[in-house]
Amino acid sequence: MSAPAVTVERLTRRFGAFTAVDEVSFEVARGEVFGFLGPNGAGKTTTIKMLTGLLQPSSGRGTVAGFDLAREVESVKRSIGYMSQLFSLYGDLTVEENIAFFAGLYGVPRARRAGRRDWVLEMAGLKDHRSRLTQELSLGWKQRLALGTAMIHEPPVLFLDEPTSGVDPISRRDFWDLIGGLAARGTTVFVSTHYMEEAEYCHRLALMSRGRIIALDRPAGLRAAMPAPLIEIQTDDSPRVVEALEGAEGVIEVGLFGRAVHVIVRDAERARAELPRVLAAAGLAVRGLQVVEPSLEDVFVALVHLSNQGAAT
Amino acid sequence: MRALDPTRLLAMARKEVLQLRRDPRSLILAFLLPVALLVFFGYAISWDVSDIRLVVVDQDRGAKARELLDGFRASGRFAIVGRLERTADIGPLLDRGQARIVLVIPPRFDADLGAGRTAVVQAIVDGSDANTATIALGYAQAIVQQFSARALFQTRRVRLPVTAATRIWYNEELSSRNMIVPGLVAVIMMIIAGLLTSLTIAREWERGTMEQLASTPVSRLEVLLGKLLPYLAIGLVDVALCSLLGVVIFRVPFRGDVFFLMGASFAFLVGTLGLGLVISALARTQLLATQIGMIATFLPGFLLSGFMFPIDNMPLVLRAITYLVPARYFLVVTRGIFLKGVGPEVLWSEGLLMVLYAFAGLGLAAHSFRKELG
Repeated sequence: MSAPAVTVERLTRRFGAFTAVDEVSFEVARGEVFGFLGPNGAGKTTTIKMLTGLLQPSSGRGTVAGFDLAREVESVKRSIGYMSQLFSLYGDLTVEENIAFFAGLYGVPRARRAGRRDWVLEMAGLKDHRSRLTQELSLGWKQRLALGTAMIHEPPVLFLDEPTSGVDPISRRDFWDLIGGLAARGTTVFVSTHYMEEAEYCHRLALMSRGRIIALDRPAGLRAAMPAPLIEIQTDDSPRVVEALEGAEGVIEVGLFGRAVHVIVRDAERARAELPRVLAAAGLAVRGLQVVEPSLEDVFVALVHLSNQGAAT
Repeated sequence: MRALDPTRLLAMARKEVLQLRRDPRSLILAFLLPVALLVFFGYAISWDVSDIRLVVVDQDRGAKARELLDGFRASGRFAIVGRLERTADIGPLLDRGQARIVLVIPPRFDADLGAGRTAVVQAIVDGSDANTATIALGYAQAIVQQFSARALFQTRRVRLPVTAATRIWYNEELSSRNMIVPGLVAVIMMIIAGLLTSLTIAREWERGTMEQLASTPVSRLEVLLGKLLPYLAIGLVDVALCSLLGVVIFRVPFRGDVFFLMGASFAFLVGTLGLGLVISALARTQLLATQIGMIATFLPGFLLSGFMFPIDNMPLVLRAITYLVPARYFLVVTRGIFLKGVGPEVLWSEGLLMVLYAFAGLGLAAHSFRKELG
């Protein structure tokens, strides 16, 4: 049996009167890819900064790799790799110099440095670019180099704060393959993102909204827990359909989904009868209307909406 | 967990050197600016007064009057640029700045002297530049006194009761350059050292790399010292370079011990580089850090270090502030080493204060950095 990689109990961080993270509790098992989802400003980055020792919690407790966040922050820092939202390697150093710098900071033993450097170059696909200045690399390469330097000392826990923002879809896919490989070899990966399709790569997901975790489960479990039925409408004028249905009777949330419109409703049968009438009254043609399996995005939209309503009343 | 790990310190220092090597602006600041400042100010600043424009109103035109004027000419301090017939023209002449001093030799000057009466010459000085006026007047009085002593000796055949046999030490030619150049070394190094480090921490905040650093086990002290060490080496090279140029270009004597100069520079640089780090930690942006750095080094360096104005003459409040200016101590040390050839036996108090300053600078840097990091 093994202790969890991360445990958090009622972790809270306030900035003045604003509570960025509000009594959050969860556990992350070893070797797990743990996804942190939520809109911007939900408190994801603040939570990660507390777990990496960059910010002190206002209250609550937590351990990372078995070390206490309050009392053993130096040991925590030695046991983690961290990749921040913005690219934060040195652009005016070469690829190799960046790797050597972080190997020095993490105290990688001299005998192992060449081996670790080659591992990073191999993993990031930068073997032929080792002497290039980092600022000249494409964003996808920069990101993989940042992941490599965060792993230079083979930490048991890796924190990635929106690691793929701004990266093209192919690089993003490659990046997630790397993360999957690391987790398969026992590294715990704690990753935040706001790309819903990336959520599918995670073993478990926590959804944050307004500083609180409003759902925590496996992706399949979350989809099954969709609180309300979902209707998909095919039409030629999606934006006007969204406009017409906003605030309509029995509609919880309506939004564009690709070229179609997704409507979360209170009651599927009544909506099936009601919605075409509303649209016809607005003079909008409907090509198709059916109840569909929700995607993770739909689930999150519904959950965030319901939790906001709960907070308002 | 050790607060000072040699491996991490070395990694930090090596990274700074690599970045410095690729940054032309920092390289110019580190190596070109001190030399340029020394040469520029070394030539520009001089407190020697020579070729003071003198206009004569000679109403006597006798032999003695010519003799007196020859005395002025021979001194090398005055240039006789014109003659006036009427005293009424003196005012407009001074107004236009065509003369700094006007010498009026009255009628019967020759006759009075011959008869053993006291002859009066009048000197009218443009006092708008009080400094030059005082010096010009001093020279004029000395020349007139010399002339009158000689006159006394010739007419009455008496001896002067007392004469002063003066001898000037340390700066035999009383050349202000000999005083200015060693002082400049101190002032310039305060400016360079303060500016060099003022960018380093701010740059890390601005580029977001500070967050990455903060997530690693590197300690505050390692970051600070890692940033300080490369610049300390540069500063020592700069001191040696400026001293060498002072001796070679400006012919300033160097009478003291090179090793003592380097030791004193070490303490001085640690303190001043630390001051730059404090500015950098507080400013957080490179632009603001440079601006604060300029204000905090240039003005105090030149005005409050004792370089331009003697500290003893300052009002009490300003005098108290000068104790915060590191160049104040270093200036005494460089002048002492260059001109007097003295060592720690005389300069120990300044040396001690610079060591204290070094600890204070580092401590303050660590303190102002702490608020931001973890």
